[in-house]
Amino acid sequence: MADDKQKRIDQPTGTETMGHEWDGIEELNTPLPRWWLWAFYATIAWGVVYMVLFPAWPLIDRATGGTLGWSSRAQLEQELAAEQAKKAPLLKALAATPVEQLPANPALMQAAVEGGRAAFRVNCVACHGSGAAGSKGYPNLNDDDWLWGGDLKAIEYTITHGTRQPDHDATRFSQMPAFGRDGMLKAEEIGDLAAHVRTISGQQKPGAASQRGGALFAQNCASCHGAGGEGNRAVGAPNLKDAIWLYGGDSETIQATIANSRYGVMPKWGGRLDPVTIKMLAAYVHSLGGGEGAAPVQTASR
Amino acid sequence: MASPSDLTSVKPKSLYARREPVYPKAVDGRFRRLKWLIMAVTLTIYYVTPWLRWDRGAYAPDQAVLIDLAGRRFYMFGIEIWPHEFYYVAGLLIMAGIGLFLVTSAVGRAWCGYACPQTVWTDLFQHVERWIEGDRNAQMKLAKAPWTASKLAKRVAKYASFLAISAATGGAWIFYFADAPTLARDFLAGDAAIVAYGTVAVLTATTFTLGGLLREQVCIYMCPWPRIQTAMLDEKSLIVTYKDWRGEPRARGTKKATLADLKLGDCIDCNQCVAVCPTGIDIRNGPQVGCITCALCIDACDKVMAQVGRPRGLIDYATFEDCEAEKAGEPRRPLLKTILRPRTLIYFTAWAAIGFAMLFALGERTRVDISAQQQRNPVYVRLSDGQVRNAFTVKIRNMQARPRAFEIGLEDLAGGRMWLEGGSRETAAKHVAVRVAPDALGKFRIFVIVPPGEEQRDEFVFTARALDPEGGSDSTKAVFERP
Repeated sequence: MADDKQKRIDQPTGTETMGHEWDGIEELNTPLPRWWLWAFYATIAWGVVYMVLFPAWPLIDRATGGTLGWSSRAQLEQELAAEQAKKAPLLKALAATPVEQLPANPALMQAAVEGGRAAFRVNCVACHGSGAAGSKGYPNLNDDDWLWGGDLKAIEYTITHGTRQPDHDATRFSQMPAFGRDGMLKAEEIGDLAAHVRTISGQQKPGAASQRGGALFAQNCASCHGAGGEGNRAVGAPNLKDAIWLYGGDSETIQATIANSRYGVMPKWGGRLDPVTIKMLAAYVHSLGGGEGAAPVQTASR
Repeated sequence: MASPSDLTSVKPKSLYARREPVYPKAVDGRFRRLKWLIMAVTLTIYYVTPWLRWDRGAYAPDQAVLIDLAGRRFYMFGIEIWPHEFYYVAGLLIMAGIGLFLVTSAVGRAWCGYACPQTVWTDLFQHVERWIEGDRNAQMKLAKAPWTASKLAKRVAKYASFLAISAATGGAWIFYFADAPTLARDFLAGDAAIVAYGTVAVLTATTFTLGGLLREQVCIYMCPWPRIQTAMLDEKSLIVTYKDWRGEPRARGTKKATLADLKLGDCIDCNQCVAVCPTGIDIRNGPQVGCITCALCIDACDKVMAQVGRPRGLIDYATFEDCEAEKAGEPRRPLLKTILRPRTLIYFTAWAAIGFAMLFALGERTRVDISAQQQRNPVYVRLSDGQVRNAFTVKIRNMQARPRAFEIGLEDLAGGRMWLEGGSRETAAKHVAVRVAPDALGKFRIFVIVPPGEEQRDEFVFTARALDPEGGSDSTKAVFERP
């Protein structure tokens, strides 16, 4: 280390060197401008003031509060409240508009769909999936096949009252008999029925088994599923002719369904969710692509 | 590293240097007049630009130059820049950067000396200062004088004027970001956005501090550009330089010296070059970082040389090579030859190439743009009759300042039909018609259905065609997926 005596003055600039050199390169000890020093003191003063006014020092379970009483949580609450206040007229308009009249007001419908999208994420994805595509036993809400009806009003009703919600009279309810378990049909008969169902849905060619099944169908199933198997929405009896299967369309699954029946349950959301949220959910589900009964509107955005 | 010339006996200086006050003297001359002209032009551009109007029709603002931050548009006369076209702005910034290199390699620190806002505003403040407090000597006397009523009055008048200029500077800035007449009215009525008042307050404070108080300290200590320029200057760069071989040895009282038969240089050590310098340096010490090449010392020295009957240009714009040539008694190279050399030409080529590329891109750009994004959750939906449905979000950018109708079409998708969200399958067709608001992005959710097929993935094309006489179309690739 160089001591003070070795520090020399650089002649062209008249500035003292730092006293060290590398391969002939020396560093000048150029003085800082004094205003810089004052600016530095000012930042320290700013820091002290900031620490007094705002939360600063971490303690064990919280931080010092600051004299202004500001906190990020309170600010968030304020912003949320402001957002709620901004949404209030929209919610009021939604509350006043019957669900089937929403499509007449595209802006309101759009707002309802967006609100429903958010509510769906919170309440419905556990069974119906995040994209509402469902899974075995949980209906896909994107398609055009509806057990209990696919117009806005029917969807709103289903959400409000649920399906097979115990102790709720207004719930969507029906019960298919367990033909095999309860001994109403023999195993071969169930096999024949399955062959018939697969024939009317175009999955296999007619044969002796499906012909026998057709007769059984007329006796046991047609009252709910219709003579042709087209289903009946009043009792939530699925259309058996289409390409959509809630539990599966292969022979084995159909036989299992006939033998043991199915009992899909959706809770009633009326009471748990407010009517506006349910309305928004209905609008969202309706908008997924299979919604029925809406007047065709050609919308342009913005 | 001790050597005999070391001045080791000198006491070390303080770690902090006081600002030496600078009282530049008024001067007249050709460079001073050039500076007046440039100051007038730059200040006029700055203050007038936001008030220029430009008719864009009913759906777009009529301000010629407008940076609409909230609407994310940048308007410049006939050009409108969208956020996705930000590369034009980036290109302008690159051009500005290369332009600085070009100017530096051609004419040295001309930006610092004439056009830099710090220089222009400092110059303006110094004129006001001279106007209120008097010229250099009066200012120095006033600084030392005790605080009398007259001194107080002068200081109050000076700083009030500074504040007014600063407020006008900050006040003009905000008009670039909103409709100027409306904002001016709102601003004066107290109805403008809080951010407008905040911006004006901040810019007033910075203008006052940087232009009114700190001045040359900004150039010497804060600005990185002098450092970069110092590295960019070479022996062919124009700088303001003192011709020491002609001026030295300098002396006052030439008469006495001539009588004593001493050989003296042209410099009479009158200190005028130091007196007029706005950064307070002595150019006779050689080129230095504090010299912004404003050339006022050239004006001052030329005047003195004329008085003592010596040729002008003891202090002059010259390159190092010129200096060497002149010292050896050779003629100077012509200025044009100094400026036109490979380095400047390369910078100019790069600068101009970017400019032409941007102009070309600007001329070629389309005002219709379509993009399509497949909805991935769920990717496909099987319908009850076995057909398969995919959903897409199709975006059409209408970059014209009027509403336009477009037809969205499907190509290369066998049996494919589509409908808009809110419609129904009964309305499905090969085309859908949509309207997009002026100067906006239209976002449409579209359902596409095709009959069942073997292919898991079908590549196809979405097209958008404008349905008005001007026309214009665009297309984008998309993929249809099946179970």
